[in-house]
Amino acid sequence: MPATLRKQVEGSQAMAEAIARCRPEVVCAYPITPQTHIVEAVSRIARAGRLGTCEVINVESEFAALSVSIGSSAAGARTYTATASQGLLFMCEALFNASGLGLPIVMTVANRALGAPINIWNDQSDSMAMRDSGWLQLYAIDNQEAADLHIQAFKIAEELSLPIMVCVDGFVLTHAMEPVEVPEAEAVDAFLPPFAPRQVLDPDDPYTIGAMVGPEAFTEVRYLQHVQQLAALEVIPRVAAEFEAQFGRRAGGLVEPYRSEDAETIVLALGSVNGTLQEVIDEQREQGAAVGSVALKSYRPFPFHAVREALGHAQRVIVLERALAPGIGGVVVADVERALAGLGIPTHTVIAGLGGRAITRRSLREMLAADLGDLHFLDLRTDVIEKELTR
Amino acid sequence: MAVNGKPFAITLEVGSSLANRTGDWRTERPVYVHNLPPCNHACPALEDIQGWLYEAEAGGDGYERAWRHIVAANPIPAIMGRICYHPCESECNRAQLDEAVGINSVERFLGDEALKRGWEFAKPAAPTGKRVLVVGSGPSGLSLAYHLALRGHHVTIREQAKQAGGMMRYGIPSYRLPRDILDGEIARILSLGVELECDARVEELEGAIREGGFDATFLAVGAHIAKHAEIPGGAASHIIDAVKLLHGLAEEEKPQLGRRVVVYGGGNTALDAARSAKRLGAADPVIVYRRTRERMPAHPSELEEAEAEGIAFRWLSTIAEAGPGQLRIEKMALDEKGFPQPTGEFEDLPADSVVLALGQDADLRLLEGVSGIEIEDHVVRVDDQMMTGHAGLFAGGDMVPSERTAAIAIGHGARAARCIDAWLRHEYVPVDPPRKLAGFAEVNPWYYSDAPRRVRPQLEDVRRQSTFEEVVKGLDDDSALFEARRCLSCGNCFSCDNCFGVCPDNAVIKPGADGELYSFDLDYCKGCGLCAAECPCGAIEMVPEEI
Amino acid sequence: MSANGGKSERHELSGQPQKVAFYQTGTFAVGGRLLDEELRSVQSDPERANAITKGHRACQGCGEALGARYALDAALRAADGQLIVANATGCLEVFSTPYPESSWRMAWIHSLFGNAPAVATGIAAAMRAKGRTDVRVIGQGGDGGTVDIGFGCLSGMFERNDDVLYICYDNQGYMNTGVQRSGATPPAARTATTEPIGQHAGNQFGQGKNVPLIAMAHEIPYVATATVAELRDLEHKVTRAMEYRGARYIHVLVPCPLGWGSATNEAVRLARLAKESGLFPVFEAVGGAVTSVSPIRHKVPVEEYLRPQKRFAHLFAGDGMPEIVERLQAHADRNIARFGLLDGGEEARELDLLDALALAERGV
Repeated sequence: MPATLRKQVEGSQAMAEAIARCRPEVVCAYPITPQTHIVEAVSRIARAGRLGTCEVINVESEFAALSVSIGSSAAGARTYTATASQGLLFMCEALFNASGLGLPIVMTVANRALGAPINIWNDQSDSMAMRDSGWLQLYAIDNQEAADLHIQAFKIAEELSLPIMVCVDGFVLTHAMEPVEVPEAEAVDAFLPPFAPRQVLDPDDPYTIGAMVGPEAFTEVRYLQHVQQLAALEVIPRVAAEFEAQFGRRAGGLVEPYRSEDAETIVLALGSVNGTLQEVIDEQREQGAAVGSVALKSYRPFPFHAVREALGHAQRVIVLERALAPGIGGVVVADVERALAGLGIPTHTVIAGLGGRAITRRSLREMLAADLGDLHFLDLRTDVIEKELTR
Repeated sequence: MAVNGKPFAITLEVGSSLANRTGDWRTERPVYVHNLPPCNHACPALEDIQGWLYEAEAGGDGYERAWRHIVAANPIPAIMGRICYHPCESECNRAQLDEAVGINSVERFLGDEALKRGWEFAKPAAPTGKRVLVVGSGPSGLSLAYHLALRGHHVTIREQAKQAGGMMRYGIPSYRLPRDILDGEIARILSLGVELECDARVEELEGAIREGGFDATFLAVGAHIAKHAEIPGGAASHIIDAVKLLHGLAEEEKPQLGRRVVVYGGGNTALDAARSAKRLGAADPVIVYRRTRERMPAHPSELEEAEAEGIAFRWLSTIAEAGPGQLRIEKMALDEKGFPQPTGEFEDLPADSVVLALGQDADLRLLEGVSGIEIEDHVVRVDDQMMTGHAGLFAGGDMVPSERTAAIAIGHGARAARCIDAWLRHEYVPVDPPRKLAGFAEVNPWYYSDAPRRVRPQLEDVRRQSTFEEVVKGLDDDSALFEARRCLSCGNCFSCDNCFGVCPDNAVIKPGADGELYSFDLDYCKGCGLCAAECPCGAIEMVPEEI
Repeated sequence: MSANGGKSERHELSGQPQKVAFYQTGTFAVGGRLLDEELRSVQSDPERANAITKGHRACQGCGEALGARYALDAALRAADGQLIVANATGCLEVFSTPYPESSWRMAWIHSLFGNAPAVATGIAAAMRAKGRTDVRVIGQGGDGGTVDIGFGCLSGMFERNDDVLYICYDNQGYMNTGVQRSGATPPAARTATTEPIGQHAGNQFGQGKNVPLIAMAHEIPYVATATVAELRDLEHKVTRAMEYRGARYIHVLVPCPLGWGSATNEAVRLARLAKESGLFPVFEAVGGAVTSVSPIRHKVPVEEYLRPQKRFAHLFAGDGMPEIVERLQAHADRNIARFGLLDGGEEARELDLLDALALAERGV
């Protein structure tokens, strides 16, 4: 496959090609919709002999998938896995463990709603639920960025020795056909050095990894973990800049402002909805509305400073969220408000696109026009609600 | 907190648990002990049996080490490996597991190896200039002479018989103790410079001591005078005593006993006499004994061998009257105290001759007129230094109160040698402090392979009835090794590594070389007691820690 | 000469010089000066690896500390030191690595309670990817981490035939958390969650979760059981397991003085009684079929095993619960019949084992 060609390709295939060019040594996953096409494609590439000695392991659960990844990463192998939704939650215990052990595993999260009720479609409740797991979380706007973020992710994770999730909206990105350019292997090799683990299980230099730590030092371990996360705020934009310098494309970074410099209303959102949002903003701008948007690329660590810079001049901020914290409302908004602390800018949370409901231009147009309260549910079917409430 | 530093999971670098001295937890500590193995405890010859079996277990060079270990106590293992009644085996803890270790047969094997390979005793110490007279060359006299010679004293043995050996030569038939063995082991003792004078009866002791310029004297004249019983009509019969019979045999006389021989008595001498009579052509030797089989003083192994050879027994019987070619036997019954009482029932027993084996007395005539001597029940009293009431005059063996076995006599000789050596230096040998006996309860029998003892091959029963060839043969090399390795090593470490292995805290230190003792690392030993519980031989005990 | 007995006859049948069978404690003790160097146990070697070094915080007389050192030292020798271990959460992990001290003298990782087999799989995959097939991988954990919470990962590891030796140190309960019942707790045992109150006689009777047999059902190359009472057997099995590639499983009974309510010096004896009573069958299986059993040398009634343990005290208090003891005896008898534990005899076993050791040493 002539990899440099920009071609129409399914997002999963594009991501798989990008992952393959990062030369993972161990790939271990358990199938779950909508992650399946990525892992299938990586397996296919491996079976075709394009991944050298890479081990592709099909395990019995997501818990096992991440556990195998912990083992292989601790043993010094560049390790990749992928999951979604229930699978991410089934990994939960191992997620915290991988980050606590400082293992630079790269994982694609094909964002999907959480049951019950069971739902295979897209929202971001899964990765949001794991926001405190100690993993870095990057969100892709489109499939080009999804592919490019994986290449950056290995570099960021291995430099920091921290695990990283590349969050891509399930179906919306994973199953969408878009033109994507996947870099040549040589170019990726030039960008991404071989994995040089800083802690490794080596019989010739035996080390105890994963010792028990009691009250006397646990706080210090956690503090160091926090510091390591904060260091990513420097590493992520630098790697994005290096990437742009080498490949001539912007991808990743902490935030991506869009026509927001002079905007009065700025919408902050994560993931693929930014594509639609930018189109609506273009359209609104033509009609003279001072609107803009900011795509939040790095949710963990949360770039307070970059967010404040991007939003600090707005008159109001709408935080468009594809997840709901029942009893609270928005998830991301709390961090945004902290970033804007003291500026007196009103924020509005808009919950949208849960369980795969499409976020249409029309809805976004209405949102921008509406007099929003603190919390707004986009396209809420009041007839259904009222029927249930009066039942 | 540099990004390129170690990841936080191991930023707090983990050190070694060696920093944690778990010895603090301990309330009991293990100690290695050296308890007294029951075999050693039972050995009248004072052998360190467990010790020499430990050496023998190695085979090869270990055999010589084992032999040297034996002769530290007993200089005649080839002889004792044949004639000892091995009380060690009766006490052996292994009997409670399967069967006692065949200690005696291994001793014989080692003794024979020594003769075969010409192993010599260690060189004696530098001469002390002291002269010691030994009267009698039986086992106690020889033992004493050996031990004193090794200590550098000059020893002269005076023996009234033609050859040395005492009852070993004149009381024990050659089928139990071949003469080449006897001669070989005596010769090795003499090679230490011991002077032996045979046909040299000491008639007047004090004169002999004075004339010889002896600094000390050891009396070991034994007990050679047969006890007699008055048998009515005995004059008409052919009656001889067993001592004479066996003595004659030793000097290659062939006494005429006839075909029908009756032996009167129940000790080992009675059995020796009957078995010798069988070999001299008696058709059916009969042993007449006034008590029961169970109360017979003879050693069971000899009894079994005799029965196998066709010796008949009349239990609970006495000879009431002897006539030509016939004896009148009275049946006896045991009373409440176990003593035989006449019943008044009689029967006749044909007999061409009667051999009396009713016990022996010591010939103490040489002590007449010697001051300080105390004689009681025909034996001489000695103190805990083996010394009689006469200063410088020591005694041992059958002439002092004892059970009169060769092993006891050897022990007397060894003990007396220590005492004489001390006495010559105006010292005193204290009684050894008692050691804790190593009981079977402390043994962990699970660890030992189930292994039956090797039994010395025996001559075919038929063949041995007509010859004086040795009846009991020795073990071969493999069997001796096997037998030695059956030793449980009661109460004494035998380097099995079990403590080293079973310690969950790696707190047992194994020495670099085999045979050295293990030790405990008390910085880490938590005092769990697993080493003691799992020591196969009970060589570790837990003692309370002083807190 | 009747007294020459079965041993020598058997020996004569074997046609070999009786080199080692002469040995006074056979293969039952840890070592001994009389054994040929190459036939000595790993534990008898003063230079043994001591995978777990001193200063660990296991309770006094801990069977698991012992069993783990036995197994890992043997594995380290078999792998020429090229070994990595993934350890499940549990006593073994806790007592060996309280910050800032580790007792491990080998490459060792602890991740979670339920994922040790999977972590081991990952390490093995990494080694294969890197072409380091000389590095061998062991996963290990207690019975809770193995038969309960880690069972899914274990079964998956078996099913994929990953190149991992998994060792379960079975002390029959969740001892680290205060002695709660696990899937490996025997019937009638008292634990903190199966107290013998009212009509309840401790843990319930059932089929239990017999992971060795379940492992065999996966038809993995090698499965074995062992105890800390028979070191040579345990070392032999670990060494043998290391000769295979693919998934292997060894289940080692490691008595727990704390959880079983026994004296601190009884771990080895209780393991021995568990085996000698038939309650814990010791066997090995290749490719899913039992190929050898360690025969009972001196059969004992289950009561002899149960009585020293406070967790079974209610079976003997007052009038006792003879019917429960009988059921346990029936369980032991069933094991004896099923595995043929009274067949063969000690000598056969001992000679076989020594032969096997000798062959292994010669690389056959």
